[in-house]
Amino acid sequence: MSTFEALAGNEAVATAMRQIDPDVVAAYPITPQTSTVQKFADFVADGLVTTEFVTVESEHSAMSACVGASAAGARVMTATAANGLALMWEIVYIAASSRLPIVMSLVNRALSGPINIHCDHSDVMGMRDAGWIILFSENGQEAYDNLIQAVRIAEHPDVLLPVAVCQDGFITSHGMERVEIYDDADVKAFVGSYQPQWSLLDLQNPMTYGPLDFYDYYYEHKRQQVAAMEKAPEVILAVAAAFNRQFNRDYGMFESYRLGDAEVAVVVANSAAGTAKVVVDQLREEGLKVGLLKPRVFRPFPAQEMSAALRHVKAVAVMDRAISFGAMNNAGPLFLEIAAALALHGERMPIADYVFGLGGRDILPGEIESVYRDMFRAAESGRVEQMVTYLSVRE
Amino acid sequence: MAQLKGWKEIPIGGMILEAGNAVEYLTGGWRAFRPVRGEAACTHCFQCWLFCPDSCILVDAENEKMLGFNLEHCKGCGICAAVCPVNAQVRRKAEQELDRDDPRLCIRIIEEGQAEE
Amino acid sequence: MATKLTPKELAKNVERLTPGHRLCAGCGASIIVRQMLAAIDEPVVIANATGCLEVATTIYPYTAWRVPWIHNAFENAASTISGVEAAYRSMVRQGKIPEQNIKFLAFGGDGGTYDIGLQALSGAVERGHQFLYVCYDNGAYMNTGIQRSSATPLGAHTTTSPAGKVVPGKQQHRKDLTAIMAAHNIPYVAQAAPSKWRDLMEKTRKAVNCGGAAFMNVLSSCNRGWRHNTDETIEITQLAVDCCYWPLFEVENGEWRLSYTPKEKRPVEDWLKRQGRFRHLFRPENRYLIDVMQKEVDRRWEHLLRLCGAA
Ligand SMILES: Cc1ncc(C[n+]2csc(CCOP(=O)(O)OP(=O)(O)O)c2C)c(N)n1
Ligand code: SF4
Ligand code: SF4
Repeated sequence: MSTFEALAGNEAVATAMRQIDPDVVAAYPITPQTSTVQKFADFVADGLVTTEFVTVESEHSAMSACVGASAAGARVMTATAANGLALMWEIVYIAASSRLPIVMSLVNRALSGPINIHCDHSDVMGMRDAGWIILFSENGQEAYDNLIQAVRIAEHPDVLLPVAVCQDGFITSHGMERVEIYDDADVKAFVGSYQPQWSLLDLQNPMTYGPLDFYDYYYEHKRQQVAAMEKAPEVILAVAAAFNRQFNRDYGMFESYRLGDAEVAVVVANSAAGTAKVVVDQLREEGLKVGLLKPRVFRPFPAQEMSAALRHVKAVAVMDRAISFGAMNNAGPLFLEIAAALALHGERMPIADYVFGLGGRDILPGEIESVYRDMFRAAESGRVEQMVTYLSVRE
Repeated sequence: MAQLKGWKEIPIGGMILEAGNAVEYLTGGWRAFRPVRGEAACTHCFQCWLFCPDSCILVDAENEKMLGFNLEHCKGCGICAAVCPVNAQVRRKAEQELDRDDPRLCIRIIEEGQAEE
Repeated sequence: MATKLTPKELAKNVERLTPGHRLCAGCGASIIVRQMLAAIDEPVVIANATGCLEVATTIYPYTAWRVPWIHNAFENAASTISGVEAAYRSMVRQGKIPEQNIKFLAFGGDGGTYDIGLQALSGAVERGHQFLYVCYDNGAYMNTGIQRSSATPLGAHTTTSPAGKVVPGKQQHRKDLTAIMAAHNIPYVAQAAPSKWRDLMEKTRKAVNCGGAAFMNVLSSCNRGWRHNTDETIEITQLAVDCCYWPLFEVENGEWRLSYTPKEKRPVEDWLKRQGRFRHLFRPENRYLIDVMQKEVDRRWEHLLRLCGAA
């Protein structure tokens, strides 16, 4: 039997970790992830998990220990945010290229500097080329659901890639909401047990991990990572279907909200998508045909499917919680990718970028509404007034 | 060098599943010098075996005999000769500096390509 | 029954490091690895920091290791092996895998240990993982072309502390990492050298059986960096021991014990003059550095004797 509990996103994540009961967790505290590791430490202290909790001295060591533990055939999880992720950086790549199915809860926070503890997506955007599967979560429920699914995605023999599950720092990580917590046994049955194909602890078949790989084979190993990413969507959707059968919640590569007959659309990830839904509903009340596309799977990026879902709209606004400094028009990463996807798939509607919410600045429904209204004008004129807008920044 | 394999043919993640397959890689070609046996009788003390950085001292472990050198891999560092206690004894007895290739030694180090005698 | 620590008995066991690795001829690193692994009868699982040993033993698609081995990065051999060990303990505890009395080891050069990996090492031993960390200390970053590390001896020429017209080589003494590790109050810490192979092997055995985290600092000649002939590796290593630049000792549960007292304490100069990296110190204007070094070696040796109750 599932229960409905009032939980902050981090507690929901910690609860998923308790239910998954990984063999090893190695993590280091950082706001706004801290309550996850604290809660998990309680579970360890109270004997509610069998996990070996490695309380490392840094995030670099957290990811390093995860790599060692995963190579040893253990099911491994970690959690971090922003600067913690940045300190892991080197090993984030090594985890993916060593094909180790580590699962990370990433509580999105602005990456310094100046130092800031609040939400934006500058942390996760830096890891987009690292070879991890990346999932976004609108709220605590999704963070919980995604984390459970992430285990099966990561460990699937056709994939064997690490997965990061994002949620917005403070906004969802600390925001109390009603979360459906599934029965422990059902979650355990859903994730199953990990049967590693290779293990450092297999003394009969001693193996070497992480050799020096020159130009004669390095490229082939990279090509294998591509193959795994190519396989991932199929696995992600199969896991989502199984999850839906078991827990009655439907997940895809992204969510289309009132998009079917929409004339203009906004694309926005994580918690702001929740705010956007409210705006969509309000504008629909006024009879305006507006829709929303909320990315869930950011890596691998479902370019073709997103383009198809947006094909019929007359203007698209992407909302980015990060800036790709120096990139085309100093736009946000999500915009760059969606603009490229649409163009490559022959869609020529006007598309604009709205950067928002950096360092935890609030995004208000009125601002999202103004974005929709901009898009109606763009749809009419056939062009955007401004390619990139930095919403609510003071001049 | 064996034919290079394609990406579908090799294990993922850079894993090497054939433990110790470096034996197939022959480092003997690096050698500028070569260890050979000299006149002094080997006492089979296995000191050379202990110190060879390349595991290149061939021994019959069961019968506790030093057999010679694995010249497919030996890099010719000369450590085996340097640590050989019989060599030290021969040197003491000779009461003079002996060259590394002196025939009276137990393990001699000669120039690669030079005749053994 | 543990294998007797005699070469003949040890030779009966399977070599865990195969020939065909690409360490330079005469490199001390593989001598240390061979001796240490020969001393351990139990199964081993090894993590290796980036550096000469790692690079030269696992050039894809070849590996010289017959035992499970992992390289992660330069600064994290200790945290990597801590993860491996945690995984082992977790899965044994849960009954997922059998208890196999595995000995976990990490190897790192002095760069990967004294410098960039010190934090990870400190953290891993403080957490009390059961593993032995071995620093093969060749006194510089050899793999990248002989740059100074905090283990480089005073006055040594390296490519980032070159002996120039004004600056005569490295300006600082070696960091005393072994003492730093002893200050962690872990069950076993030792300093050793492959020239005293039996001592090295006995220490290895104590270390892997100490029931907690252990650290060993092992002097490793690099003939490329030290500049000596390849066949002088063992002799020059022993000179470092006999001049007390590299004393052999152990700290077992906080008790300091000297493992070896040279019959005759040689002047440091005897060790220095055999290595090209110190050649410039013998010019008249630089000779004072030899005195400075001798004083420091004497001071540390006296201090060690006091710690060992042997003063
Ligand atoms: C983070 C990082 N910084 C720098 C390097 C470059 N690097 C590789 S090995 C090495 C030096 C290794 O020195 P040491 O640990 O003393 O081992 P040795 O090569 O002497 O055996 C350096 C600087 C690296 N691989 N990773
Ligand atoms: S010369 Fe060096 S590599 Fe060759 S057998 Fe002797 S010690 Fe080993
Ligand atoms: S450079 Fe020095 S440490 Fe590196 S392999 Fe050569 S001898 Fe050994």
